[in-house]
Amino acid sequence: MAVLNEEQTMLRDMAQEWTKNESPVTAWRKVRDEGSNFDPAAWSAMGEMGWTGVIIPEEFGGSDFGWMSLGLVVEQLGKTLTASPLVASSLAAGAIILGGSQAQKEAFLPRLASGELVGTLAFDDGPRHSGAVSTVAVSEGKLTGTKPFVHEAESAGLFVVLASDGVYLVEKGAGVTLSDRELTDMRDHAEVTFDGAAAERLADGGDDLAEAILDRARILTGAEMLGMAQHVFDETLDYLKQRTQFNQVLSTFQSLQHRMAELFTDLELMRTAVEAGLQALDTGFRVPEAACLAKSRANDVLHVISRQGIQLHGGIGMTDEYDVGFYLKRARVLEASWGNSGFLKDRHAKLAGY
Amino acid sequence: MATAADTRPDADLDAFRAEVKSFLAASFPDSLKGKGNALRSVEGPTDETAEETAWRTAMAERGWGTPTWPKEYGGGGLSKQQAKVLQQEMAMAGAWNPIGGMGVMMFGPTLLEYGSEAQKQEHIPPITRGEIRWCQGYSEPNAGSDLASLQTSAEDKGDHYLVNGQKTWTSGGQWADKCFCLVRTDRSDKHKGISFLLIDMDSPGVEVKPITMISGMSPFCETFFTDVKVPKANLVGEEGQGWTIGKRLLQHERTNISGGGALASLNAQPLSKIAEHYIGTDENGRLADPEMRVKIAEFEMAWNTFLLTARRAMEESKAKGGVSEISSILKNVGSKLGQQRAEMLIEIMGFRGLGWEGEGFTDKELKHVRGWLFGKATSIYGGSTEIQNNIIAKRILGMLDHQ
Repeated sequence: MAVLNEEQTMLRDMAQEWTKNESPVTAWRKVRDEGSNFDPAAWSAMGEMGWTGVIIPEEFGGSDFGWMSLGLVVEQLGKTLTASPLVASSLAAGAIILGGSQAQKEAFLPRLASGELVGTLAFDDGPRHSGAVSTVAVSEGKLTGTKPFVHEAESAGLFVVLASDGVYLVEKGAGVTLSDRELTDMRDHAEVTFDGAAAERLADGGDDLAEAILDRARILTGAEMLGMAQHVFDETLDYLKQRTQFNQVLSTFQSLQHRMAELFTDLELMRTAVEAGLQALDTGFRVPEAACLAKSRANDVLHVISRQGIQLHGGIGMTDEYDVGFYLKRARVLEASWGNSGFLKDRHAKLAGY
Repeated sequence: MATAADTRPDADLDAFRAEVKSFLAASFPDSLKGKGNALRSVEGPTDETAEETAWRTAMAERGWGTPTWPKEYGGGGLSKQQAKVLQQEMAMAGAWNPIGGMGVMMFGPTLLEYGSEAQKQEHIPPITRGEIRWCQGYSEPNAGSDLASLQTSAEDKGDHYLVNGQKTWTSGGQWADKCFCLVRTDRSDKHKGISFLLIDMDSPGVEVKPITMISGMSPFCETFFTDVKVPKANLVGEEGQGWTIGKRLLQHERTNISGGGALASLNAQPLSKIAEHYIGTDENGRLADPEMRVKIAEFEMAWNTFLLTARRAMEESKAKGGVSEISSILKNVGSKLGQQRAEMLIEIMGFRGLGWEGEGFTDKELKHVRGWLFGKATSIYGGSTEIQNNIIAKRILGMLDHQ
């Protein structure tokens, strides 16, 4: 765990307390069973606690606590699989902070900061992430094209859309159609079709705006994945300490001890990479490299831990009644988001010049 | 996270920096740039040239080879911040620390903690001057990972101990002056029967046989003790306290293996550059072997994560005022990455990465082959990967033995 300042420690403790009491995995199970996107009461509580405005400057209604602070909250939400558009909406706010005009900031950031408006990124044209490229075109302020998988699309009122010549803001309304896409994690995803939707360009972010937005997406998603990995690890360790076979508690078997020691090592390396990514966002130092590192470590480690989580629980891990399977299913959706490990290794090599 | 205290410009520190600069300008000759410290190497001793002796003496006079050790025993008495300044300035000047070896890295810090006043006064100053080599008498043929099963005995003969038995994997034993040794003073208790004893390597009855390794090098020895008389004054701590002291020393050893200079500089020459030289690039400027390109990227990312984790462990220890939990994973990760890199280099170089000796290979290529083979030891010595995993599982994760 990175060394935190007082403000960050308080925020983390508050988020830990809240998720434990108000939003345990049973809360997510209820949301799933009801077939909804998230619990509106929980979302408004997040707004009241200021989580929706952590990275937004004070002049636009946020607290300007920075990305590390937001990451600490997101990590806690990941632990209990709390369904909310906090990550997506923060990324939309981050995009406007990076590339929005003063007028755009004034129009959208205060509403995003309060949680009254939900934003999300609509970037990828295909079924897998392929970087900051898109064929979606804009003509005379009207955007036309399809984004097949958009996180939190049902909840969103504002889409940050990657087009062939830049990044645009599109509000939900005329010319925006959604088709629900139920992925394995049962969260809020949809195909979004724009048909002559009114679009405003984010003009101030420079040539690398789309990449900079994606780097933020990679790192913040990594923070959610870190929480998930930590939770699966902790649950699995607890289980091994309770479950008895051959008259011995499972945790006394050396082969299982070594497997857990190796998973612990992986998990701590993942934590380092994700926290270094969040810190890079706050300092602005080598963000693209840090983003590759954070997300690729998160992908690889959560992949292994979510698999071992099932294996080490045995048969009960295969049941819907037990929680561990939820993490496996959400893990793969997040692994596919904003760059799988192959994509990120390629990007690392390109950034390093080989 | 940097605090205000870390970044505050400190007038005293500036003055110290100026002192270091002028010392280096006066005492470190350009001709020694890029050379290394012979004492630190396990490959063998190198006779000092007059220039090297002068450099070592200059450093020893100020105690700067052991910068944070107390001045009263010949150390530099510097604060951590001053030591950092010294390190920075030396790095900038291309200067290296001429004082090293196991005495500096492992034995010295342990003796400063557990030794008597007389022992510190006797043993620490020669270490700070780089005049003496220490070796480690821990492992035995039947006590490797299960170190506490060691059998070498020290029998109480009134004014001295009589030592009999055999040690193995004594690094640099053939060049060492003295040995810090774990010996059995009581057979009735596996752990409490162990004591920590200092033995002169030129005592009658000490015999050393170098072991040739798969790398062709002989950095390790078998050491035999036959009726070796060791004065009682050479017992460190109490009789039976050896296991506690010995474990403390191992912590210093692990810190050195995982965070040590050798590993930190391992990736100094990027694999991608070496691969471009041997493999070449395609029309897009990418490495011509796509699998190797991805493997190198994977390695570099793992390596960067390792370095960041080592830094995190340091920051955490500083903030907590104790050892970070994650420091125990660094030895495993560091040794694994070092071995991975060596294997990848061979794959990159092909046959030229497999030369044993003679024509057709550069010095670097030949050195690399030996390094690759020698590097297989890193996951075995200093507590094997399996032993570290036991420690992680039991001490950090609270997984217990069979009941």
